[in-house]
Amino acid sequence: MNDVLKGELVRLSAYDPEEMSKAFSRWNRNSEYFRLLNSSARPMQSPKMAATWMEKEVGEMSPASYFFTIRTLEDDKLIGELGLDVVTWSGRDAYVGLGIGESEYWSKGYGTDIMNVLLRFAFAEINLRRVTLSVFEYNQRAIRSYEKAGFRHEGRSRQLLNKEGRRWDMLYMGIQREEWFELNKLAIDAVPRVGELDK
Amino acid sequence: MKDLFRGELVRLTSEAPETYAKSEVRWQRDSEFVRLANSSPAGLSSEKSIKEWVEKQSEKGPQPERYPFSVRTLAEDKLIGFFGLYVDLIHSEAWVGIGIGERDFWSKGYGTDMMKICLRYAFLELGVERVSLGVFEYNPRALRSYEKAGFRLEGRTRKDTLRDGTRYDSWWMGILREEWLRQNGENQ
Amino acid sequence: MFDIQTQLFEGVDVRFGPIDHDKDAEIESKWTHDSDFMRMMETSPARPMSAAMVKKQYEKLEKDMDENKNQYYFAIRAKEDDHLIGKAVVQWIEWANGNGFLRLGIGSAEDRCRGYGTQALRMLLRFAFAELNLFRVSAIVPEYNEGAIALLKKFGFAQEVCRRQSLERDGRRWDIYVFGLLKDEWQNNPDGHPRQAQA
Repeated sequence: MNDVLKGELVRLSAYDPEEMSKAFSRWNRNSEYFRLLNSSARPMQSPKMAATWMEKEVGEMSPASYFFTIRTLEDDKLIGELGLDVVTWSGRDAYVGLGIGESEYWSKGYGTDIMNVLLRFAFAEINLRRVTLSVFEYNQRAIRSYEKAGFRHEGRSRQLLNKEGRRWDMLYMGIQREEWFELNKLAIDAVPRVGELDK
Repeated sequence: MKDLFRGELVRLTSEAPETYAKSEVRWQRDSEFVRLANSSPAGLSSEKSIKEWVEKQSEKGPQPERYPFSVRTLAEDKLIGFFGLYVDLIHSEAWVGIGIGERDFWSKGYGTDMMKICLRYAFLELGVERVSLGVFEYNPRALRSYEKAGFRLEGRTRKDTLRDGTRYDSWWMGILREEWLRQNGENQ
Repeated sequence: MFDIQTQLFEGVDVRFGPIDHDKDAEIESKWTHDSDFMRMMETSPARPMSAAMVKKQYEKLEKDMDENKNQYYFAIRAKEDDHLIGKAVVQWIEWANGNGFLRLGIGSAEDRCRGYGTQALRMLLRFAFAELNLFRVSAIVPEYNEGAIALLKKFGFAQEVCRRQSLERDGRRWDIYVFGLLKDEWQNNPDGHPRQAQA
């Protein structure tokens, strides 16, 4: 079966509030990261707030909400976080957001790999029909990365953001199940060998 | 679009906790009904505890996994029973629990009508891929009714219910989305 | 005659033990990051958990066992060095009807295919039938879990129900099987010899 938690460069791992609150303090000092990040409506104000929110959300393990940290396969380094929230079950649509806090991992293909793992999880494990995200108009690097992963532009909220003395649009992008399966020719293995308890 | 909450004989409602509790207390006095409906040992609950349980469920607000309904007749507006859909959101499968507490309304087509509404709701409103249910071997009336509604027998767990000294099987049934759509093409 | 001398919880290479709240969480956390293991063990989505989350789950589990008295959870440990191998559970027990459901999992790949699963199931069945006095036990297995199916058949479980297309993973739907074993069937083949198993 497909590994829904691993990519080529990264793997999804559990969210540990203590570890993450330390990482957040470091990442948020980089104002560029802070201004680029657009997770799905999560208030990331203080490490303590984040920890409390995390305990509750992650503890509940609702089928509608998933939160992961991202670690490199090479040296297991914590480099970012991502989240998935199902908006509507009848539409089977989820909002996703991700952020690579360690800036030395920007523009090296990690973003695309993370998005691919996320999409595989969304379509092959949660069985969604589509995935949506919003991204700031000025975050060109992310927009390109999402386009590479197969997202299409679906619209924009004009002049929504106000930064650096001018107004910017918020872009909405989406990808449908069939499109992603087509792009990735999802390989379904034959009955797997792993998991045999005994011979 | 067809009315989701209305059939030929019955309609779906949401009852005030006190109203539902009053009926449920009366239904529980009919141990035949209780033993046809539940695998756990029959008991008798107070009106107060039932009312509080219903209130507790409502306090949680609408939940995407649970769709409980009460059922009233169209003719006399009488509260005769219930059904509930319990959805596995990830795999899009709904389990049904259904019952007519008022014995006078057994074997008169009310159950069939209720199941029709239930399946229409499950497939057209919740959009599930399959609906499942279990029925006791000693409830052949229900089994026939479910077969008529389109459920297929998928197997039996042997001797998993012990009542009055005899061990009975449970029958497990399922209906897939494409099967229901095919059977109900014209009647949507 | 009551075979009081044969240990309930000691096998040849493995033993059943209680949860070790200090040590087990870390190991089980690793298993939850293994997509293949999680997809064999659970129908719910594979979700990595931190050691802290696993610890919380253990607490909830023990509280539930204590309050509801319809579940028995065992940690499976290697007798050689006591390391945590897996878990064995009897759950959803209906005392009045004399039935319960079994769950069994060997967490790490290195511990599989060594006969541990057979030893664990042997002990679990004896516990269920000879100590809990159940009349029948059931097991729920997705059709792709060939290893579990083979193990259950070794002990004479019969495939009783095929819940068609009840599970969706990797973009397709799978059947879920329900297996059942009755007390007298277990008594004919308590050790799990394939040639003694019924068809």
